[in-house]
Amino acid sequence: MNGVHDMGGMQGYGPVVAEADEPLFHGDWEKRALALTLAMGATGQWNIDLSRSARESLPSAVYLGSSYYAIWLRGLERLMRERGLADADELRDGRMRTPAALAVRVLRAADVDASLARGTPTARPALAPARFAVGTRVHTRNMHPQGHTRLPRYVRGHTGTIALVHGAHVFADAHASRARPPFLEQAQWLYTVVFAAQDLWGPQADATVQVSVDAWESYLEPAT
Amino acid sequence: MTQMQTPHDHDHDHDHSHLDDMDLRVRALETLLTRKGYVDPAALDRIVETYETRIGPHNGAAVVARSWVDDAFRRWLMQDATAAIASMGFGGRQGEHMVAVANTPETHNMVVCTLCSCYPWPVLGLPPVWYKSAPYRSKAVIDPRGVLSDFGVQLPESTQIRVWDSTAEVRYLVIPMMPAGAQGLDQQQLAALVTRDAMIGTGLAQQPPSAAGGR
Repeated sequence: MNGVHDMGGMQGYGPVVAEADEPLFHGDWEKRALALTLAMGATGQWNIDLSRSARESLPSAVYLGSSYYAIWLRGLERLMRERGLADADELRDGRMRTPAALAVRVLRAADVDASLARGTPTARPALAPARFAVGTRVHTRNMHPQGHTRLPRYVRGHTGTIALVHGAHVFADAHASRARPPFLEQAQWLYTVVFAAQDLWGPQADATVQVSVDAWESYLEPAT
Repeated sequence: MTQMQTPHDHDHDHDHSHLDDMDLRVRALETLLTRKGYVDPAALDRIVETYETRIGPHNGAAVVARSWVDDAFRRWLMQDATAAIASMGFGGRQGEHMVAVANTPETHNMVVCTLCSCYPWPVLGLPPVWYKSAPYRSKAVIDPRGVLSDFGVQLPESTQIRVWDSTAEVRYLVIPMMPAGAQGLDQQQLAALVTRDAMIGTGLAQQPPSAAGGR
């Protein structure tokens, strides 16, 4: 989806301002928003790509006007509403009105360390040989899918060079395409594709700059 | 709001009501999810404690410092960062697939996530607000020298700048150059020179106190 989350190359947001002595959390609510997001992610009712898709689907003005933990929180509420795990009234006051869903996996305190240490690896066995090798020139597809994608707009329709081959990984676009488990994984070869800044932004761009993205194989075609 | 209030007062009030609103909203959510049995409040406490105390940029600094003095480790790190970093006890969530990128006199690396806020948690902890902000996410890929300038960093015009946009589940750790005058320091002293920003690529490693003081 061509949303405001896809920010690469936008202008007019002003300088990057780092907060001096920034605290890890700005208020207790951020701590709980982080922990709730991680704990609910562990229930297996959605996956990380569906979480990203939910955040990206917030109204543009809400997305731009919210801090990142506020975006996470709104995304989490949306994921729960969509799956009938909570309704809007319940989310407003915390009072339970509908019965709890069954078969929700609960992350227990004793399992937190192991769960975080394990993470969610996305590498999978490759189902076919890699189509591209390091050094190959590739062209990124000009595509504008309605759903979730990880090919940013600023690199679409450009020519770059394969810099790294990462093996096969769960394909984010497919992974976000089904709302409930079992999710589609459709593992594909993943590459780092590097572009000259002048190819992305024009001849006036800085000749010393190169920019790369990580791109799944189906985003790419051989450069002609 | 009365007419006597200044714009600053207005912003101040607005911020407060916003924080109160978020506070209430999260409390309602935690209460509900606990009542429904979806979350274990002790697990929430453990998650927060983990990122407050155990997982943070000190982990990445230890990796970088070791890479400065241990050539075999550095080769491993550049070849298979996930395994090399795991050997020091760091890995897992948001660092499942790591790649280390080393700065040289010719090339400076910078990491961004233009689409959300992907960041190598096991080595750097949770990202700062600026990393997740629109200014950084928009500007890093079109004007990385401007970003460096926002951070007060000036590189030679001939230095190549390499920006890594983390658009999949690979996470990048910048290995800054060891500062001049740091030879002879032990790994712990070296780690103290490695800032979080140096490992994102918006900063450089700090000068050792003696070198800085001697100028």
